[in-house]
Amino acid sequence: MAKRRTGNGAAAGVVHRAIAHDSAEKHVSGAALYVDDVPEPPGTLFAAFGLSARPHARLTSVDLAPVRAAPGVVAVMAAADIPGKNDCAPVFADDPIFADGVVEHVGQCIFAVAAATVEQARRAARLARIEYEDLPALLTVEDALAANSLLEPPQVMKRGDAARAIARAKHRRAGRFGIGGQEHFYLEGQAAFAIPGEGRDMLVLSSTQNPTEIQHVCAAALGIPDAAVTAECRRMGGAFGGKETQGAFFAAVAALLAWKTGRPVKVRADRDDDMEMTGKRHDFVVGYEAGFDDAGRIQGVEFMLASRCGRSADLSLAINDRAMMHCDNAYYLPNVSVASYRCKTHTVSNTAFRGFGGPQGMMAIEYVLDEIARALGKDPLDVRRANLYGGRGRDVTPYHMRVDDNAAPALMAELATSADYRRRRAEIADFNAKSPILKRGLALTPVKFGISFTTTHLNQAGALVHLYTDGSVHLNHGGTEMGQGLFTKVAQVVADEFGASLDRVQITATNTGKVPNTTPTAASAGSDMNGMAARNAARTIKARLLPVAAAELGCAPGAVVFAGNRVRGGRRSMTLAALAKKAFLARVSLSAAGYYRTPKIHFDRARWRGRPFYYFAYGAAASEIVLDTLTGEHRLLRVDILHDVGQSLNPAIDLGQIEGGFVQGAGWLTSEELVWDAKGRLATHAPSTYKIPAASDCPADFRVSIWRKGRNREAAIHRSKAVGEPPLMLAISVFHAIKDAAASAAGRAVRLDAPATPERVLLALEDAAAAADAPKREAAE
Amino acid sequence: MGDGDSTGSAEPIRFVHRGRVREIRGVDPNTTVLNWLRAGGLTGTKEGCAEGDCGACTVVVGEAAGGRLCYRAVNACIQFVPALDGKALVTVEDLAGAGGALHPVQRAMVEQHASQCGFCTPGFVMSLFALYRAPGKPDRARINDAIAGNLCRCTGYRPIVNAALVACAGARNDEFLRAEAGTLALLGSIRRERGLVYEAAGRRFYAPVSEDELAAALLREPAARILAGGTDLALEVTKQHRDLDTLIHVGGVRGLADIEESASHLEIGAAAPYGDAMAAIAAAYPEFAEVLRRLGSEQIRNVATMGGNIANASPIGDTPPLLLALGASVVLRKGAARRELALDDFFLAYRKTALAPGEFIARIRIPKPRAGLRFAAYKVSKRFDQDISAVCGAFAVETGGGIVRAARVAFGGMAATPKRAAGCEAALTGKPWNEATVAAAAAALERDFAPISDMRASARYRTAVARNLLWRFFRSEALPPAEAHVLRYGT
Ligand SMILES: Cc1cc2nc3c(=O)[nH]c(=O)nc-3n(C[C@H](O)[C@H](O)[C@H](O)COP(=O)(O)OP(=O)(O)OC[C@H]3O[C@@H](n4cnc5c(N)ncnc54)[C@H](O)[C@@H]3O)c2cc1C
Ligand code: FES
Ligand code: FES
Repeated sequence: MAKRRTGNGAAAGVVHRAIAHDSAEKHVSGAALYVDDVPEPPGTLFAAFGLSARPHARLTSVDLAPVRAAPGVVAVMAAADIPGKNDCAPVFADDPIFADGVVEHVGQCIFAVAAATVEQARRAARLARIEYEDLPALLTVEDALAANSLLEPPQVMKRGDAARAIARAKHRRAGRFGIGGQEHFYLEGQAAFAIPGEGRDMLVLSSTQNPTEIQHVCAAALGIPDAAVTAECRRMGGAFGGKETQGAFFAAVAALLAWKTGRPVKVRADRDDDMEMTGKRHDFVVGYEAGFDDAGRIQGVEFMLASRCGRSADLSLAINDRAMMHCDNAYYLPNVSVASYRCKTHTVSNTAFRGFGGPQGMMAIEYVLDEIARALGKDPLDVRRANLYGGRGRDVTPYHMRVDDNAAPALMAELATSADYRRRRAEIADFNAKSPILKRGLALTPVKFGISFTTTHLNQAGALVHLYTDGSVHLNHGGTEMGQGLFTKVAQVVADEFGASLDRVQITATNTGKVPNTTPTAASAGSDMNGMAARNAARTIKARLLPVAAAELGCAPGAVVFAGNRVRGGRRSMTLAALAKKAFLARVSLSAAGYYRTPKIHFDRARWRGRPFYYFAYGAAASEIVLDTLTGEHRLLRVDILHDVGQSLNPAIDLGQIEGGFVQGAGWLTSEELVWDAKGRLATHAPSTYKIPAASDCPADFRVSIWRKGRNREAAIHRSKAVGEPPLMLAISVFHAIKDAAASAAGRAVRLDAPATPERVLLALEDAAAAADAPKREAAE
Repeated sequence: MGDGDSTGSAEPIRFVHRGRVREIRGVDPNTTVLNWLRAGGLTGTKEGCAEGDCGACTVVVGEAAGGRLCYRAVNACIQFVPALDGKALVTVEDLAGAGGALHPVQRAMVEQHASQCGFCTPGFVMSLFALYRAPGKPDRARINDAIAGNLCRCTGYRPIVNAALVACAGARNDEFLRAEAGTLALLGSIRRERGLVYEAAGRRFYAPVSEDELAAALLREPAARILAGGTDLALEVTKQHRDLDTLIHVGGVRGLADIEESASHLEIGAAAPYGDAMAAIAAAYPEFAEVLRRLGSEQIRNVATMGGNIANASPIGDTPPLLLALGASVVLRKGAARRELALDDFFLAYRKTALAPGEFIARIRIPKPRAGLRFAAYKVSKRFDQDISAVCGAFAVETGGGIVRAARVAFGGMAATPKRAAGCEAALTGKPWNEATVAAAAAALERDFAPISDMRASARYRTAVARNLLWRFFRSEALPPAEAHVLRYGT
């Protein structure tokens, strides 16, 4: 269908425009409802959990009598009380809702209570008498590697002969470093509200990225058909991957207790429970060996990636796959071998988190390039640019996909200029030479992030659009709103199709009864896929309207144009409402389902070959920090970002994703430290101890631009590009700026694990000083 | 948000809400303002942590001060309902004007695209509303301080800061200003001449208005807990699910929040919120005030007190090391008896103090700066703002003729109590103030403490930092501030 960029009428430019989030006015006035805000019908009960205090143990006795006898308690449920399947896992049926005989992490749920008030439920839950017989617990990646405790055999991805290339290279460098995990810290904790209906019907309101999975898990737990359960989500108070699978447990508990009592049940994890019970970003241990030439070009590189998956598989296999597929980042690796170990440990099962393994993979290669630059005494930017994809024969990824939309070289060159990299590099060197206590550091790093679920079948979406006879439009699709502005973007797409103003499009809650069999809103693909599905639905309705309009307006169907809440043909026009009414009278259906599947993609995991991604999203960031060498404290001074979102559907929303993603990534790599004690307990289970960035951590000088030349080569929705995850990885520049300052202070490369907390940085400086002294001491002896 | 049943005390809690006086009876005094609001259907105020750290629950409390209405942001999740007595409450639902017209801060938040998921947003709106109603035109640094206690996981903060700049740029003429006289009159009508005695659900809440009433109540109720800002105490309810059966609130005790100056001392009333004490402290010891600026958040500092910080006796409380270094003392009162105790003698062991049952801290006496005294304090934490110290070090060194006449060095985070570094002080005293002396003192410092490792820092880091802070204190004398400390860089 022909595109209309007429420029007349309200609809012109409804896409590619900075339009406020559809709920912005509700957000600021406290009127936006989240699950826990939905008014409770009389008789509603509230749930609380009984959690394991041990990382790995047999449950020798679970005495719940005192819980049952506590004031206000109406029901208590444990594994034996589940009518259907005791499982809430997304893929492998390995996540019991309630532990059955054995517990495998501290914070694993053993039972749940429903009581008249939240406080009564929480107090009752503490009364259980649980006896354990401890079993050996593997808590860390190193523990699991030593015990060969893996979820699946190691995955190996190879191209060329890395070992030989490394052996032949003029220079070699090998090492090992750690990357910490990350708590999602969505501001709204996990929540679900189950409301029993007639007979076996169950409505579950859930804070989830995946209503279909909520529906399936609840139905299976209750032993009833999927069709009897409706799952709904209007919005989440943040998710970031943490509600892709992790909401299922809470929804299942709500549904089970509602089934058992016949009363509505609200489940809301308080912050400590939420942080102990739910998975996080995987922490990784990275081993590397690289061979390179005088220019710092990699000739061969071998990676060992080992991650802590926790007690079950959850999405860990796909996450680690993506880590493998991103340890090239924007660089051509002529000979490469990546071995990936998915460690099973007795800790909470780690899960999706913005970037989904990609960030850890990128950290691996960026770390190596930094080490190479320091080994050669070169500017890391020069080494990075020398290794970029591009040039003859340098365009194939380690998984044999061609990079044919390579924007990284142009982006980096443009950013190096706009950020004044060279001049600042020289100025920083001057400053550092004169400043005894404070040292500055600078780093410019690129991002290339593959867009599509690597699990190919997930790349499909559905939508439901109704046109009413007053010309208003009801919009529904399988995507969920977690703050990323998906609902707004899809509404823009649909308004644009109908030539309607945005206020004519009614946004509605994601609901499995409206659009079934959906996939999670994840992998940054929400707007790409739901935008297309909704557009297809709108186009179906428009195609039915065309003959009606042509007849009414006396023109050819091809001459009908939808714009400005009107429909035009030749010199005549009518309102969209009038046309809808005419169509109804002519017995034309005004409702359509739309469907979309991402084209072109395929992947053979057995051979690690294929085209897992529809396209790549690109970006680059230059970060400058100042480091206090007495304490290791550091501050972000200035950040310049250039990010490719194709042709932005909504520049305001995209800018928000870029800035927010960057700051979240900076938190991951600096202040956000997850600490477990020797007994497998999470010591940092609340914001008093787990420190996400605060306002003053946002750089005062923050220059963020959407790349003007950005355009999607593929026919993605309005030639935009996905933006949810990629910007997080721009923050890898912050880590390397800190490493740069530390190297400047130490006079040599320092070994630094992430997150670069003040402690890690100071101790890295002390270790580097000790290492520098060691040869001197030996010589003196 | 029921006004409660009519059982319990005859005397209701009274506060101003939406232009009228609300009278509350029958609400358990351990109920937080957040839970009370939400249970009553006012769900705009959110819970993100229930421990004062995220700001999602921020509401604004208005009080009369010098004939004006002073609005302050507080964490509803750790404020008990009876603490509202005598005040005005404003929640996010109350900001929009007639017909739903957004308040200027709300409008700016929308226009700057400052909400994404929106869950943090009501809290930010309320913090910005308090800032909007406060005097002065805020710059970026002031705004960062005002929202340091509000976490946003989505936006990265820039649009929120911009919204604050935009909203506070013009004339701040909102409906709250127009209603001020009316609100003040209502507040006047509920001012108490005698303390509140409130009882519900078998629990009691006293809010005396005079020191004598307070002293008497504590003698009568030796098992009662003193409630000041509640920023430590309330967490026993919200985090540890304990009951506090009898609370005696010191926030309304006249005189106990006064800040006075004598020729030799600064006297801080034990119940003065940090926010009120900041200016006087900054005038005497700017470095002290800089640590206070980073103590908790604006919401915390609006209610939390130095008296609570000292009585709580946490090894990682921020003011005790500073006060120890300055040689401060506390005035204690029990019944009619008063005694003054050097802070050196106050902390006995982990969380154990010299306070006798029924005794309370009345004032904190801080010696004023004198010639030859140099004072500095450094707070080190994982995050600059709104974080608990891994180590907090304070140094007060008096030199004359190049010789150290007296040295008081104290640390938080290094021992079971806030503690002076005796060996370090000895190594400094009487010695020339030079590099060799400092090196010896730094070595002595390492022997003064055997810190623990926990989630905030390892023993190795704590030891290294304590030593380095001494070096900072020494070196920064010869350096411009912007080169001596990362937080001063660029200033
Ligand atoms: C989010 C958050 C951040 C924080 N950040 C910091 C920080 O950065 N640095 C820091 O040091 N602390 C911090 N704290 C802890 C707390 O804010 C401080 O210790 C504060 O000074 C306590 O004062 P309060 O008035 O709130 O005390 P309350 O909680 O009211 O009381 C604390 C204890 O002192 C007793 N008490 C109070 N007043 C008296 C008195 N006059 N006489 C005798 N006993 C009394 C109480 O009975 C109670 O046992 C933080 C707390 C929170 C919730
Ligand atoms: S809920 Fe987090 S500060 Fe109150
Ligand atoms: S908008 Fe989501 S936490 Fe701030």
